[in-house]
Amino acid sequence: MTDITEAPLRPDLALIRDWIPEGASVLDLGCGDGHLLANLRDTRQVRGYGLEIDQDNIARCIERGVNVIEQDIDEGLGNIANGRFDYVLMTQALQAVQRPDKVVAEMLRVGREAIVTFPNFGHWRVRSYLFFKGRMPVSRRLPHQWYDTPNIHLCTVQDFDTHCRKSGYKVLDRLVLNNDHASGLGTRLWPNVFGEIAIYRVSY
Amino acid sequence: MPDVHAPGSVGLVKPAVMHFDQPLELECHRVLPAYELIYETYGTLNADASNAVLICHALSGHHHAAGYHSEQDKRPGWWDSCIGPGKPIDTNRFFVVSLNNLGGCHGSTGPASINPESGQPWGPDFPMVTVKDWVNSQARLADRLGIHTWAAVIGGSLGGMQALQWAIDYPERVAHAAVIASAPKLSAQNIAFNEVARQSILTDPNFHGGRYYLHDTYPRQGLILARMVGHITYLSDDAMRAKFGRDLRSGRFHFGFDVEFQVESYLRHQGETFSRNFDANTYLLMTKALDYYDPARDFGDSLDQAVAQARCPFLVVSFTSDWRFAPERSEEIVRALMAVGRDVSYAEVDTDKGHDAFLLDIPEYTRLLGAWMRRIANDLEARA
Repeated sequence: MTDITEAPLRPDLALIRDWIPEGASVLDLGCGDGHLLANLRDTRQVRGYGLEIDQDNIARCIERGVNVIEQDIDEGLGNIANGRFDYVLMTQALQAVQRPDKVVAEMLRVGREAIVTFPNFGHWRVRSYLFFKGRMPVSRRLPHQWYDTPNIHLCTVQDFDTHCRKSGYKVLDRLVLNNDHASGLGTRLWPNVFGEIAIYRVSY
Repeated sequence: MPDVHAPGSVGLVKPAVMHFDQPLELECHRVLPAYELIYETYGTLNADASNAVLICHALSGHHHAAGYHSEQDKRPGWWDSCIGPGKPIDTNRFFVVSLNNLGGCHGSTGPASINPESGQPWGPDFPMVTVKDWVNSQARLADRLGIHTWAAVIGGSLGGMQALQWAIDYPERVAHAAVIASAPKLSAQNIAFNEVARQSILTDPNFHGGRYYLHDTYPRQGLILARMVGHITYLSDDAMRAKFGRDLRSGRFHFGFDVEFQVESYLRHQGETFSRNFDANTYLLMTKALDYYDPARDFGDSLDQAVAQARCPFLVVSFTSDWRFAPERSEEIVRALMAVGRDVSYAEVDTDKGHDAFLLDIPEYTRLLGAWMRRIANDLEARA
């Protein structure tokens, strides 16, 4: 089928894959190099499209045979009809868009369900960085300085829970992973303190 | 002098002519009893004839897309930047077919050909040909070349319209389609520019109602004007500013109507070169084919329904500074393909080169097209 040797999926992406049934239609916002979509196509017979703006990533998607559309998520999904997709995904991009609230609303307009992942800014290490150093937290997962970060809308697990409740979204699944991409006692009891990555599956 | 035998070039090529005796019914309800198509091929057709790629040309294009006709040629074919060994459309892997469309003036039957009924050039009596007619004639050429299914049909501008029409009219014969710098139909502004070009030809005193061949002349001034106005629409404002600015040929104003600004000189030169090499009746026909193009018309004006006929994956490419067929026009095609669940990838290449960009070697563009073609070749070779 392809000459690109596909590496195994990152653990958080593998978890998302397990939520998606055979043959579903999927839209992936900020699909990167198309790794997840290619994997979903090969393992789940998923039909989908990715939206991406980076030229290198677009070329990689094309080489993988993944449908990729050059489109800026910040400009909306006006070209896509209501309910066109079963699932709309956005991994690690929520914090980088102009209006995360509008993007999630758009995801639920064009898709039956939305799957969103983001770095949890409520993680204890972020909190202690700010508390003890008094400076904007910089970490392996959030490596930028305050002035050059693309992550302009960071939020916590609690923020996103509140947003979903206020917007009338149903949280169908929520996984909170620590930095080893695993879920343990800590992330289960205090997700907003011990979770580094949050993965949500929501619907109206 | 370019190196005719450079490693990335298909080298010296020779056109071939295919004669067709089976009458061709045209969209205008007329019938072309017999016709010839001139074409070139590059690369080798594989055993199961699955690696053939059709190149569809734009308004002023022709069959000579790659390589050289002689050691003395100053320039290679019009898409040599993309066709050749190791190039995006890799002739080591694909068998590339490029033809001059019906109604053309580079060797295929057209207005300057002899009408067998009158024994004189067809001139204005040559039937109006459309994109659909071209696709039908290309399908017959494919039959004769032993090609049932094209691995890819590729075209820019008016050529992109042919690629799209192929996928709609012959879904079982097109494995992939690339629609570059194109549109699903012309806008009123597009048609307006075409009409200015046509009027400049039609009103040239040397046009003689299209029978200028009999008067041993041609509407030179009309063709020059037509090309000048066309050429403005192929470039972007930025590209013109960068290339000419307000530069003066002699450095000072002469307060007259001779060429003073560099841009005037350039346009006149383009127009004059074109007028010597292109037939006015063909120009009229090609612009009308553009104006008439609208695949949605056959499907209740629904582009979604039209592209739903297609089965193949698409590559759609547009260029940021193209205002003749702006990115929004390509996005109409993409939107329709997505709406009906067809496989499509779309890129908007950042360039200041305007509509002309589709003919140029722009690294980002060449890379995308190369990646897409490589994928097709890999899949083909894996199946073999």
